[in-house]
Amino acid sequence: MVDAAIGEDTVARPRRAATRRGLRHALKRKSTVAFLLTLPLILLITLLVVYPAAYSVHLATLNKSMQRFVGFGNFEFLFKRDTFWLVVKQSCIFAITAVVFKALIGFIVAHFVHNIPAKGQRKWRGMLLVPWVIPPAMSTLAWLWLFDPSYSAFNYTLAFFGIGPIPWTGDAAWARFSVILVNVWYGAPFFMIMYLAALKSVPEQLYEAAAIDGANWWQRIWFVTLPMMRNIIAITTLFSLIVTFANFDIVRILTAGGPLDKTHIFATWAFRVGIEGSDIPLGASVSLFMVPILAVAAIFILRDVSKRGNES
Amino acid sequence: MSTMTVDKAGPTRTVKYGSMSRDRAWALRWSYFFLTLFAIFSLVPPLYMLITSLKGSAEISAATNPWWVFHPTLENYAGLLTSNQFLRFFFNSAMVSIIVVIITMLISIPAAFALSRMKFWGSATLATGVFLTYLIPDSLLFIPLFKMFALIGDVTGIQLINRWYVLLFIYPTLTVPFCTWIMIGYFASIPKELDEAAIIDGASWLQTLTRIFIPVALPGLIAATIFAFTVSWAQFLYPLVFTTSADQLVLPVGIVTTLIKGDVFNWGQIMTGALLGAAPPLIIYAFLMDYYIAGLTAGATKG
Repeated sequence: MVDAAIGEDTVARPRRAATRRGLRHALKRKSTVAFLLTLPLILLITLLVVYPAAYSVHLATLNKSMQRFVGFGNFEFLFKRDTFWLVVKQSCIFAITAVVFKALIGFIVAHFVHNIPAKGQRKWRGMLLVPWVIPPAMSTLAWLWLFDPSYSAFNYTLAFFGIGPIPWTGDAAWARFSVILVNVWYGAPFFMIMYLAALKSVPEQLYEAAAIDGANWWQRIWFVTLPMMRNIIAITTLFSLIVTFANFDIVRILTAGGPLDKTHIFATWAFRVGIEGSDIPLGASVSLFMVPILAVAAIFILRDVSKRGNES
Repeated sequence: MSTMTVDKAGPTRTVKYGSMSRDRAWALRWSYFFLTLFAIFSLVPPLYMLITSLKGSAEISAATNPWWVFHPTLENYAGLLTSNQFLRFFFNSAMVSIIVVIITMLISIPAAFALSRMKFWGSATLATGVFLTYLIPDSLLFIPLFKMFALIGDVTGIQLINRWYVLLFIYPTLTVPFCTWIMIGYFASIPKELDEAAIIDGASWLQTLTRIFIPVALPGLIAATIFAFTVSWAQFLYPLVFTTSADQLVLPVGIVTTLIKGDVFNWGQIMTGALLGAAPPLIIYAFLMDYYIAGLTAGATKG
């Protein structure tokens, strides 16, 4: 054994200088290889994300025919329009209400799924996640048909209970409700899955200890579950806030912003103004108004992600 | 059934414990009750698609009980599956999604490998940048991207607007950041000894990636593939903006724009189309649910 070790050592010694040169060479190669491996990613992000984002700011300062620089002209124009403020208000109502209900329903349903015996959980989870799997454009069509004014399946059912025909997408208040309902239907399963994963990671001993101390069910949720799930709740909510705030498919298909622009949100209005109305600079300015809230949410998410990265 | 067994097990111990177990049984019953309610809420729209797709147009306009099919017929399916236009949508969607998945994997696997294993100047910043890109929604970029591709057409004469393959450039902006991000997570969880051993045995970086990382991180790879496919399949805003001619449309946009003619809604066909459009993601989900969920939770929990 000892002989062999010494033998190896003596063989290695003359080679050391060569290895050092080789090592430097390899290091050099490693960075080149790394650069080449990440090059497509860098190109994609620069050309198709960063550049368009900057270009969007440039576009927002041009006039409709895109030949003249107007500075903040588009923004001034928007600030003077009532429709713009309506869109701001509606986007906030839409995003906040939808996210709150998604989070609440997700939380409750996750608890119910967590409550039942483990072998049945898979089946229930599978059924409850279906809304998230169907492409939203397709499922919104089903909702549109459920909401149909004359052949509406909902109104047909409600008529049995003596509730009169509801103008699901025809009346401003109901249309807002419908749009939020569909969004909650679509997004709640995501919260459910995230919370379920978080619930499973809470150690059972904590609940036992709480039960021994005489905690009732809401005390267990308030003092054990919620603190343990705080990270996941925060990150999921922020994620969903971004996605919901930028939502397009559901509103576009269900109401197309109507009746009388009463359900337009930033994305659908930007599409209406920029693509359908072919005023690209104005459309770009409208969608730029999403940036502040997205940036705030992104900063919080990033802080959370890097914090947990440091912990692990 | 299981509630009964819990009930029986309880009273054999002390009285106090029996009441706890009775609480538990009630909690279980309530759980099942509410879960059933939520499951109904979740499944009504897809089931309603199925119900309507089996109805003839006469039955739909007769406004009979909407929740039941009195004269089941497959005429909607036959109509759509023999329509060249619809098959064209399906073909376009399939082509776009499959090619985007391949592009995404070709970009994000090497990048994730480099970012998780080869620490180089700016690698941490780049990883953060990838994550930030994932947070940028499509509704922020569609107008500048549209203008950009229109300009490319004007300057170089290569017409990309209103061609289905323009989506091959655009969709990776949605899929690559997320796939790279979760692949970084999966690659980072592979023990360093494994690739060190490979390097010592004389494997090159590329061999380490193809012989060690890809096989070991296969579950993550499947999750990322599923994600890329479902996102590409479901995308609605970009194809709506970039394509207009009927033969260039992908499925979701095709159904929404061609089956709805003015105020005339042929609901039987629309629901059939929607169901067929929802089928590929649903089938993938049915068979690969665990990977699907792994990918879903990895996005926010890995990092």
